[in-house]
Amino acid sequence: MKKNADPAWPDEVHALLQDADVRQVAIVPDAGHARLIQLCEKDKSMRVVRLTTEEEGVALLAGAWLGGEKGVLLMQSSGVGNCINMLTLPIACQFPLPMLVTMRGDHGEFNPAQIPMGNATQAVLEAMGVMVKRADSAADVPEMVSSTLRLAFNTYRPVALLIGQRVSGAKDFRKLTRSGPL
Amino acid sequence: MSGLLRRREVVSELLAPRGDALVIAGLGAPAWDITNAGDHELNFPLWGAMGGAAMIGLGLALAQPKKKVLVFTGDGEMLMGLGALATIAVQAPRNLYIVVLDNERYGETGMQETHTAHGVDLAGMARAAGFAQTLVVRTESGVSRLKKAIYAGEGTLFAQIKVDPQKLPLVLPPRDGCLLKNRFRAAVLGPQAAQQ
Repeated sequence: MKKNADPAWPDEVHALLQDADVRQVAIVPDAGHARLIQLCEKDKSMRVVRLTTEEEGVALLAGAWLGGEKGVLLMQSSGVGNCINMLTLPIACQFPLPMLVTMRGDHGEFNPAQIPMGNATQAVLEAMGVMVKRADSAADVPEMVSSTLRLAFNTYRPVALLIGQRVSGAKDFRKLTRSGPL
Repeated sequence: MSGLLRRREVVSELLAPRGDALVIAGLGAPAWDITNAGDHELNFPLWGAMGGAAMIGLGLALAQPKKKVLVFTGDGEMLMGLGALATIAVQAPRNLYIVVLDNERYGETGMQETHTAHGVDLAGMARAAGFAQTLVVRTESGVSRLKKAIYAGEGTLFAQIKVDPQKLPLVLPPRDGCLLKNRFRAAVLGPQAAQQ
């Protein structure tokens, strides 16, 4: 599968997070977020908080806002399922919560186990009352991240940006069975 | 009389005086307990989001490193979010104090037993996760030591207080989440809360 790869988008997203004064970056890693996570870890103005499960990030960032700090939650689409009841908090209390979600179970997926949650991600978020936006090309990502940050912080609500699997490329498991450096 | 500590007395003791401490409470009895000690603009009692109390405390403690952040929650609520013990221990904020009021029961739903009634050691889990200080409190003198550890010492601290599984009249805080959030932020941040 050909990647629709523009290696610059994580750098642009990191700059957008800086401009938005994001201080807490809550993560459960995904390959699609690897470079952005590296950039945030190197940034002394940001605290990267590794989570054991994504719902911890929803609660963490409610606490951050109570104390006057902005945050962002980075995860893959399977993690959305782990967040559902905790989304009560930003919905009932109107906490800003930008979520940058890299999709699995989407364009060109190889792993059947990624399909149920990936295919349901948008519907499940919307059923909870979360506003959902999509970016399906690398060129769209920075503009849509900017939009997501503004919607979340200016209108006090959870907003999820689903970054399609076309952007980061589907993992080729067969290729990974061959020996040699990944 | 069970000889066990009584939760309302313990919480009132730990919050008198509270200085400028920021207080989060897990849903159910801990929310009623902190409200019984006096509704306060620097209280953020939860009405839902079970399993999230300690993590809200972490986000708040990182955002407000000069203020003490106290999280009161129950054994059932803490058991639902055990991963938070690992996440918090890795961040290790020195201003975060987690107090579990352990009655070994799900009190709001009919007093069904939790895992702590069957030997699960919450303080041991916090210790194994890497909390700098962990305590199990069973006596009034233990409460006094905990109070000193909170107000005269540094976190990250995890205390498990064994309390009587008494059924108590509810003492309800405001239940409008926006009201709770906005008054808390105004009290912490002043007029700029509305400008962020």
